[in-house]
Amino acid sequence: MNSLWLVIVKRLGLGIVTLIAVSIIIFVAIEMLPGDIAQIILGQSATPETVAVFRQELGLDRPALTRYLDWAGGMLRGDFGTALASKRDVSELIQSRIFNTLFLAAYAALISIPLAISLGLLAALYRGSVLDRAVNIISLSSVSMPEFLLAYILVFLLAQTGFFPTMSDLTPTMSFQEKLYVTFLPALTLTLVITAHMMRMTRAAIVNLLASAYIEMAELKGLSRTRIILMHAFPNALAPIINVVAINLAYLITGVVVVEVVFVYPGLGQLLVDSVSKRDVVVVQVASLIFAVAYILFNLLADIFSTLSNPRLRHPK
Amino acid sequence: MSQSDEILTIKGLHIEGKTDEGWSEIVKGVDLSLKKGEILGLIGESGAGKSTIGLAAMGYARGGCRISAGEIIFDGHNLLEMSNKGQRRIRGRRIAYVAQSAAASFNPTYKLIDQYSEGPVFHHVMSKSEAEHDAKELYRRMQLPDPEMIGYRYPHQVSGGQLQRAITAMAMSCRPDIIIFDEPTTALDVTTQIEVLSAIRDIVNQSGTAAIYITHDLAVVAQMADRVKVLLKGAEIEEADTRTMLRAPRDTYTKSLWAVRSFQATPKKIESTTRPVVSVQNVSAAYETQLVLTDVSFDIFPCQTVAVVGESGSGKSTAARVMTGLLEPSSGSVKLRDEPLPSVYTDRSKKQLQEIQMIYQSADTALNPKQRIREIIGWPIEFYTGLKGNANENRIRELLTMIEMDPDEFIDRRPGELSGGQKQRIGIARALAADPSMIICDEVTSALDQLVAEGILRLLDKLQQDLDLAYMFITHDIATVRAIADDVVVMKAGKVVEAGPKAEVFTPPHDPYTELLLSSVPEMDPDWLDNVLQGRASSGN
Repeated sequence: MNSLWLVIVKRLGLGIVTLIAVSIIIFVAIEMLPGDIAQIILGQSATPETVAVFRQELGLDRPALTRYLDWAGGMLRGDFGTALASKRDVSELIQSRIFNTLFLAAYAALISIPLAISLGLLAALYRGSVLDRAVNIISLSSVSMPEFLLAYILVFLLAQTGFFPTMSDLTPTMSFQEKLYVTFLPALTLTLVITAHMMRMTRAAIVNLLASAYIEMAELKGLSRTRIILMHAFPNALAPIINVVAINLAYLITGVVVVEVVFVYPGLGQLLVDSVSKRDVVVVQVASLIFAVAYILFNLLADIFSTLSNPRLRHPK
Repeated sequence: MSQSDEILTIKGLHIEGKTDEGWSEIVKGVDLSLKKGEILGLIGESGAGKSTIGLAAMGYARGGCRISAGEIIFDGHNLLEMSNKGQRRIRGRRIAYVAQSAAASFNPTYKLIDQYSEGPVFHHVMSKSEAEHDAKELYRRMQLPDPEMIGYRYPHQVSGGQLQRAITAMAMSCRPDIIIFDEPTTALDVTTQIEVLSAIRDIVNQSGTAAIYITHDLAVVAQMADRVKVLLKGAEIEEADTRTMLRAPRDTYTKSLWAVRSFQATPKKIESTTRPVVSVQNVSAAYETQLVLTDVSFDIFPCQTVAVVGESGSGKSTAARVMTGLLEPSSGSVKLRDEPLPSVYTDRSKKQLQEIQMIYQSADTALNPKQRIREIIGWPIEFYTGLKGNANENRIRELLTMIEMDPDEFIDRRPGELSGGQKQRIGIARALAADPSMIICDEVTSALDQLVAEGILRLLDKLQQDLDLAYMFITHDIATVRAIADDVVVMKAGKVVEAGPKAEVFTPPHDPYTELLLSSVPEMDPDWLDNVLQGRASSGN
């Protein structure tokens, strides 16, 4: 088991290094925004004195390195700072947003991952058949359409007709079923966006393996096609499938801004957009960092699970 | 022979393969019959259609192939008229298959015993626990070590020879009427091959299973088959019982196959005052922490061929990597004409690099498929000798003539447009382009058919005469060593076991390992396997 743990520990270490690098990039990128933040927030009419006072209040007069270490340290302690625009605690501001984003992501993931993998397996099993082509065409057209268009088509078809609400405004008092109902349209939009990618990767990974000697051996043992695909090809195709699932899970958390805006869903993406327009750099920094963490975490998990899917590493000599 | 004795009859089998220009015939009307308990050898060079016919006997055609005409009658039913489901009921259960590479044919995800029991359970022959019990029994009969436990290992945890036995056991799992053996020992070392051959033969004889044994190795088929059918380019050449076929082949093609091992390189005299071109002195080397060469020394003299022989893992290719500077030795040195060579190739001068060239086993992967022959040979000419333009072109043409390929016809071709033997010749020309004094030939004939391989050996011999080249010939094939070597170095587990002139090494008394190696090489005598096994049993080996 030694080599396996070594691989995992190495990946973890690399993940931490990446996270530190990303936090530096986010910090520096915001530093490099043109103009003085205090000036921008207070507007053109502010007197130099008020700007100076405000700068001191924000701590902008201190050197960049100190401010970075302060900020990064705060992040580690869970102290995300105070929002510039609303003067509210950022952690408080972000908490419900994170929950909402995760809720929607989990909802879409629970529909799309089983769907994509089953469709991919079916398409591989009935390669070249009508089913294969139909699945391909439908999923490709849905992935080729811009998300907002897809969202509006769904609104037109399913909300205008009165089946589902156009706006997915969550309130804390809602029951779980109500939440599922209200967020069905954004979840469906996201499902349509990510299913194609995962489904095609599953199909390709399986089809790739069909030429290998052990698949021929399975056929020559007289096994059924279903058994060959599920029992002989699928376990060996896990690594690429896990990777594509991870990329799409990360996308569900970080890439849903447009869908959140269309359905007025109170998620992290919307908060980010709002904060950018309000020039609230504190919130923008935190939101960006959370997105980065999500990306790194999912890729890390993908690496670990695809390593675990390799029998040579799981069962060393 | 009575009709009821025949378990399999193939009549007028035609199989087509898909090419760029449409379907072309790869099996052209082959007939075949197999009686219960009989072993039929199918023999031929690559492209003869042996494997394709073997698979067709199960009603199976690989992707890109189709059975276009003929009848395959198994136990009274035509397989080609059966539904897919009907065919599946026969595959694995009544006709089983043993592939060339067991390592690739076992699914890496499952334990051996689970793959063993899959067939019997799927075909409702046995329950899972019965099948596992049965597996251990067959593992024992296949002489696998620790038969109770070996099934609980994964394929990558078991050696190649053991896997080949495990896959034969798996083929037996449903007690089929026929087993198709497709080159089951080709990928194995000779000392392992002999064990697998005897295990296969015993189990086939004991169970009365009929078999089709596919191989390109005449000596192997002589041990295994009752009858032999010779194939060439998808058509039958002749068929006879094994002893008749070996004693009196009728067709000229068969005769040429039989005669191929008769080639002998021109013997070279060496004067005692000659100094070696390359001298390997007390070299030890390791990959990471694993020692792969221990105190290896040998000399290579001008215009001589040193054959380095050993089984996989013996360190023969590693020795070549040290000599070419691809692997840094942990101790010892390589000398070129008494001058020590820098241990890493990047530190060597162009002149030093030029002196030692290499030819590889697989010309397919050693030649850039995108380049034309002109570039493949022209570049090393320019790099090493500085010839450009017309002079370069003339040199390419001269080299192509030397390797017996028509310059006008081949100079603008790409490797994909050449046969295996032609590609290997281009590999030789590329090595010659540097004008070296020594060439390392790493298993250069192993991937080639015997007739083609012989042509390459003849060419290398002629070039040695003309150009005073020294060869280091790395091989696992004793027949090749007998044909071309002046000196022989026998290696085992990273050490030199025995070294000296060929006549000395190949005449008794031998080192015990050399003895084992030499006695394991199959001979054309059908009684060879029995005699060797008897001899070993009586001497207590």
